[in-house]
Parts: sequence; structure tokens; C-alpha cells
Amino acid sequence: MKKIIDFTVKENRQLNPDTFLLVVYSPEMPEIEPGQFVNIKVEHSPATFLRRPISVHNVDPDEGLLYLLIKIAGQGTATLSKIKAGEKLNIILPLGNHFSLPDTGKCLLVGGGVGIAPLLHLAKELKAKGVTPVVLIGTRTASDIVLKEEYEKYATVYYTTEDGSYGEKGYPTQHSLLKEKFDHLFCCGPEPMMKAVARYAYENKIECEVSLENKMACGIGACLCCVNDTKEGHKCVCIDGPVFNINDLKWQI
Amino acid sequence: MADLNINLNHGLELQNPVLTASGTFGYGLEFQDFIDLKRLGGFIVKGTTLKLREGNPYPRMAETPSGMLNAVGLQNKGVDYFIEHIYPRIQHIKTNILVNVSGSTVSDYVATAEKINELENIPGIELNISCPNVKEGGMAFGTSCVSAAEVVKAVRKVYHKHLMIKLSPNVTDIQGIALAAEAEGADSVSLINTLLGMAIDVRKRKPLLSTVTGGLSGACVKPVALRMVWQVAKVVKIPVVGLGGIMCATDAIEFLLAGASAVQIGTANFIDPGITLKVIDGILHYLDENGFKSVKEIIGLI
Repeated sequence: MKKIIDFTVKENRQLNPDTFLLVVYSPEMPEIEPGQFVNIKVEHSPATFLRRPISVHNVDPDEGLLYLLIKIAGQGTATLSKIKAGEKLNIILPLGNHFSLPDTGKCLLVGGGVGIAPLLHLAKELKAKGVTPVVLIGTRTASDIVLKEEYEKYATVYYTTEDGSYGEKGYPTQHSLLKEKFDHLFCCGPEPMMKAVARYAYENKIECEVSLENKMACGIGACLCCVNDTKEGHKCVCIDGPVFNINDLKWQI
Repeated sequence: MADLNINLNHGLELQNPVLTASGTFGYGLEFQDFIDLKRLGGFIVKGTTLKLREGNPYPRMAETPSGMLNAVGLQNKGVDYFIEHIYPRIQHIKTNILVNVSGSTVSDYVATAEKINELENIPGIELNISCPNVKEGGMAFGTSCVSAAEVVKAVRKVYHKHLMIKLSPNVTDIQGIALAAEAEGADSVSLINTLLGMAIDVRKRKPLLSTVTGGLSGACVKPVALRMVWQVAKVVKIPVVGLGGIMCATDAIEFLLAGASAVQIGTANFIDPGITLKVIDGILHYLDENGFKSVKEIIGLI
């Protein structure tokens, strides 16, 4: 069941000039599956009319904590980046579908930029099921890599940077790790990267799920603004996604 | 406690003057987690056409100052799908459920209205002669008195329950069109639909919507909507349903004072899915605080 909850900000930690980690608390925190998202009302930002959909980075159900890893992309997220501990944040959650959690097989989680956000929750749940995942993080440069130690708690982590300043030089799809055989691929990041990963998955006959982030207004399937063209017609990213199996999309890969 | 009951004529009796605007409330079910739908005056479901419509390509939405543009393009699975798959899931909900009917030709409107007429628990339709996002029609019907009259007349012949006509603000003479609809047998008029607008991404030097232009809604359109509701309420005898940028109870009360007998909440549902009940409570509080015994006492005070 979806809820509208006033969370209290516990911590707002700036991780690099344009990325921050928001930790918010509510005793009413509902159960959230890896890959789901929340929709945040941004106060004190006149230019921000609609809520901001943000993927769930991690949850701590026992403590009632929700972790959100956010990159500043415009005025809405810039306003959120300045929120202080103790302030309230009105959030609708949980929204959308979730990644499937396979019981067996080798899982590779590929994240590009802030697209790594939902993969921490996924890695944690996979490890809890006994399916230790491998995570591959791609960024432009070393200073873009954030919360490295968090991912390393739950997975073996590999890195690529476009300038070669950390890990292997290039894009995630060029990493030597991909010579290994994987059974499941999960990916979130910029669309060109997701398409490259989808192509690799398709060529190697690997099950692959991607998380999309189309612009949306309502987040609950009412407005039909966030549609993605699929083999079954227009589907809402907010309720039929954000996670899609690549076989259902009409990507030219 | 003041009486919120409003009778919109021809079988449409509302327990309070708050409806939801078509296209912002899905089929009602999307909001069940947030509100008790029974408390609404009623809700108006997504624009329904004779045949399935895939709608416009993505991107369909752009946020603008205090509002948003949309170019959904009446995506829906068609009236037969609605009757077979959606109506059975909502017909038991104890409130007024209206279907917004859209089309590209007069015969489309007529055929769709005829089918909806058979549904026992749908007390009315809202005839959408004002959608700005459909190339081959929609708004074209609502922008001239002659074509508005033609489609209302044709639908009136086959539709025997409450017939509400949704008017476009993209006209020079809103009063003339409202009067034309009234003359052909409309039971009420609702206004305004979205205002035609556009937005551009200067970095990419491209429009933000796949269709270039789209419909503007949200807080920013309220002054225009209020003015048109006031103008129309002055000249028609049938009830006027006001909508356009209502974000809170105070906004809704402004529309009632301007002459609306009921209001519709639209874009505000996206930001607060519980807004409708807050507006109902706020209207009641206002009436009680100011010593009004019935909401009818404030309608058209301006």
C-alpha cells in the first residue's frame, strides 16, 4: 500500500560537489523492494511545481530509515541538497515495480554515475539470499565514485572511469570482467550505457533488467506522462516500471 | 455544520461540490490508497474514445513555472475495454462516476456516448470538446459555436443522463460557445480545459514536448480559469463546473464565489493525492466559520 509520510531528515551528507546522501526517518516506514522509488515534495523552491521521483538507495527497516542518493540535476534537487537534519520531507512511497531477485546464478549489477543508487539495496538483498553479486560501477573520473565501502560490504566491486583515474579505463561494457559468464544482469544509468549493457546481455543471452527514469508528473499511474514504448504499447515507467526486462522494450540493440 | 449538497440537474446530485478532473485521476483506483473515494462529490475518469488510442510519443510532459504542460493525447484502450474491464472494477464505488468522452468525429462521440448510456452506475458524461492534444479533432469542436452546437446536439439525441460539456479556453468568445452548448441541451458546462502552450530546451534547441505544443495546467492557469468561469456563469442558466489551477480549498471557494456550482481538482492530485478531501474539509470549514448554512449561499456572490 502506498503512503504519504512526513519523514524527518536525519542526515544530509554531501559526497562530492553535486552528489549527496539523504537519510530520513519515519516510524511508519513501509516495506520497500529493491528498485522501487519514492516521490518527494520539494518545499521552498518556487520553480519546483511537481514532486521529484528518486530511487531508493537503501533501507533500514528496523530503524525506520530510508537512504536516498541524489545528484543535483536542477532546482528541485539543488533545494533538496540544502535541507538540514531535523527538517521534514513529505514523501509518497513505495512506488513502482522492483528488480527480480533470482535464487541462483551469477548476478552482475552495472551502474553508471548516480544510476548506482538503487543497486546498493539490490546487492544487499541478493547477498541476504545467498546470491553474492558482482557490482560494476562506471563514472567519468575517480572523484565521481561515492560510497565505495557501502557497495563493498555486499558485493565484489569493479570500477571503470572514462579518464582511467580509477579501475579500468573506458566504459563499463569495455571492462575485462565481462569476459566471465553471468546469468543475470541488472543495470541503471544513462540511457546510452543501459543500451550498451542491453546489447551485451542480448548477444550473450543473459537475462537483463534495466531501470528507467522518464519524466513523470504523478508517479502513481494517473497522468500517463512517463510512458515508454514497449512491445505491448505505451507503458508507464511509474507503475509498470521503473524496472523493465530488455526483452519487453523496443530498443534497437 | 453547513450543507455541502449540490444538485447539478438531470440526475446528478453531489454530496459536496468537489469532483476530480479527467486525465488527472486515472480511473479512481489509483487513488484508493490515499483517500476514501466515497467522500468525493464524484470523479471523472480518463478521456475515453471509441477505439484504442496509443497517445503521443514521449516526452509528453514539461514542468513550467507553477504548472506543467502535457501532451498525453488521450491515451486509452477504447470504450469497449472500459466497459468490459474497468467499469466492473469501479461501478460499486459509492460516489458519482462520470466518463469523459472524446472523439475525432461527431459519429465517434455519438457511438461512445451511446455505449456509456447503457452503464447503470454512470450518471453522466463529460463531453470533451476541448482536448488540445489531438490533431484531428477534439479542441476543433470546442472552438467554434457552430461545431460545438453540432456535436452537443448529436450526442444529446442518444445520451439520456447528465450531459456536461467541457469547454476549451483557447477561444475568443467563451460565452458564445457555452450558450451554444446550453441551447442544444447540455445539462452543465465545465471549464477550463488546458491552455495551449509550449516550452523549449535552449541547450538542445528543441521543444520539450514531442508534439511541440501541449496543454498548460496547474496553479498558473487559475486567474484565467476564474475569469472564464465568472463570464460564463453570468450568461448561462445551467450549472457551471469550475476547474483550472485549484490547489487548495481557498482556490475552490474562489470558483464558487465566481459562479461555479461545483469544482474539479486536476493537476493538484499529482502533487498531493489526498488534496480532494482537504478541499472538501476546507470548504466546510469556511462555510461554518462565516455563518453560511449551505454551500449554495456562496455560489455566484461575485
